[in-house]
Order: sequence, then C-alpha cells, then structure tokens
Amino acid sequence: MEHATTLEQTEDVYEPSLTPDSLGKLGMWIFLVGDTMSFGALLAAYAAVRAGAGVIGWAPPDEILGINLTAFMTFLLICSSVTMVKALEAIQNGNVSRMCTFLGLTIAGGVIFLGLQVYEWNALIKHGLTLTEIPHHGLSGAAISGSTLFGPAFYTITGFHGLHVTGGVIYLIVILIHGLRGRYTAEFNHEVEIVGLYWHFVDLIWIMVFTFIYLL
Amino acid sequence: MAETHHKEHPKYMNIFWWLLGLTIVEVAVAIPEYATVLKAILLIGLACGKAILVANYFMHLKFERKTLAVIVITPFLICVFLVFMLMPDIMAEKRLEKFAPQSGTATKVIDTSH
Repeated sequence: MEHATTLEQTEDVYEPSLTPDSLGKLGMWIFLVGDTMSFGALLAAYAAVRAGAGVIGWAPPDEILGINLTAFMTFLLICSSVTMVKALEAIQNGNVSRMCTFLGLTIAGGVIFLGLQVYEWNALIKHGLTLTEIPHHGLSGAAISGSTLFGPAFYTITGFHGLHVTGGVIYLIVILIHGLRGRYTAEFNHEVEIVGLYWHFVDLIWIMVFTFIYLL
Repeated sequence: MAETHHKEHPKYMNIFWWLLGLTIVEVAVAIPEYATVLKAILLIGLACGKAILVANYFMHLKFERKTLAVIVITPFLICVFLVFMLMPDIMAEKRLEKFAPQSGTATKVIDTSH
C-alpha cells in the first residue's frame, strides 16, 4: 500500500511521459522557438541597421513600399488562420470533407499571399528598389534619399518569411492529400494540429514583419 | 469516450474580428505624421496584442501547460535582450556622427555608389 501511495505521489509531481501526439507537438514548438530566434535576429539587425544609418538617413517606408496591398495581405493571412482552425475543429468533430474544404481554403490563402508578394517585389524592383539602390522618388512623387541597405533588409526579411509561407503551403498540401486518403479521424488528427501550429506561426511572424518593415 | 471526440473550441470568429479590428487600428495609427516614439510604442503594442491573440487562441497556447508558455516566451525575451545588446554599437555610430562631415557630403557618398 505504501508503495502504491508513493507511485501516485510520483505521478503528481512529474509530468506524464510524451505520447506520439504530444511528442510531435513538442517537436514543432521547439522548431518554432528556434525559428522565432531567426526572425528575432533579422528584425534586431534591421533595427540596428536603420538606427545606425546616421547622416545618410533611412527612406520613409510608406513612400517606397505603400501599405494598402500589404494590409490586404495581412487580412488574407488572418483569414487563412481562421480556415486552418476551422479545419482542425472539423476533423476533431469527425467531419473529414469539411476539414478538406477548409484545408483547401487555407492553401488558397497561402498561394494568393505568395502571388501578391511576387507582384509586390516585381513592382518594387521596377520602381527602383534593388539590393544596391533605392528609388529616387517616393510613391507621392517626392524626392527621397537614404541608406541603400533598405533594399537588402527588406528583401531578406520578407523573402525569409515568403520561404516559410512556401514551405507551409507544401506542408498543407501533403496533409490535405493524407486527409483525402482518409488518414485522419476524430481520434487521430494530431498531424493536422501540428501543421496548424506552423501555419499560425507564419501568420504571427507576418504581423511583426508588417509592423516593423511597413508601418514603422 | 464519445465526449472526447467533440472538443470545446474557442469562438474563432470573435478572435478573427478582433484581429481585423486591430489591423485597421494599426493602419489608422500608422498613416498620420506625429512623434515617432509614440507611433512606435502604439504600433508595437498593437502588434504584440495581435500576436498574443494568435498564440493563445489559434495555437491554443492558453489551453496548454504553463511550462510550454514559459518555453515560448523565452526566445521573445532573448530577442529583446538582443536589441539591447546592439544598442552600444548603434550609440557608437551616433557618437561618430558628431565628427562626420555634413549631410551634403553624405549625399555625395550615395551618388558615388552609382
């Protein structure tokens, strides 16, 4: 009896062992924590480069980038996060077809986001924002000048995020194919939850990128 | 067992409306010209609010173990620390500006890069 009591006490003190479900989730969280450091380092470097531009100055981002399109891109990613949680909710309730529909909508959101990013980059390059130069005139037509590090900083950070979105879209397509083949049920769906964690993280990072690069 | 199939979910559409509303406020705060420091504080505050909503409700962090929240918050704190670690370098550059040539010469520096 004494032994049994000790075991019960031990279970209270220590967390339960990792199951395949929780192991996968923990693995994704650890990856996301590491990725947060990558984005954090990029944004800290951006802050240092911008603050250290000195007498050369930093061109106003709203004059070069504009915020209407990116505000819409932010809205799009928020919508795709909602469809992602709806997909998880559907499969946890055992509704496979509803899960596939919402996963498809999430993928569509990601693809449109990437398409808009390609369009934006193309327009910016044509406008004169390259890795070595900034445009001579802003969107309002006013003359602008500033550090030529604007371009590298912008393309590195938004490009790194774009790569994450691309990875997320591929990851979601794989999960959708598994879903269509009937892999997921109300009892077995942790893989959908894990891809959701990744996708929401991509959304969360864009919220930060949008603020630091476009709005500030 | 049957109950476990139908998990309780937060009201995701409420979170969506909050995120949408905060994004609109962000854009409204960003457009007018006023003190940069105040604008930065407002925008970073709004962005952090949106990030917390996404992490807590969409990533279900609010419903996970507290230990996980501690693990997740750590890199954000390290990132803030990283910015402060870079401050001496930024300040050193600003001090050097005092001895740098006037802005006219700086423009010339840009021109020579073409």
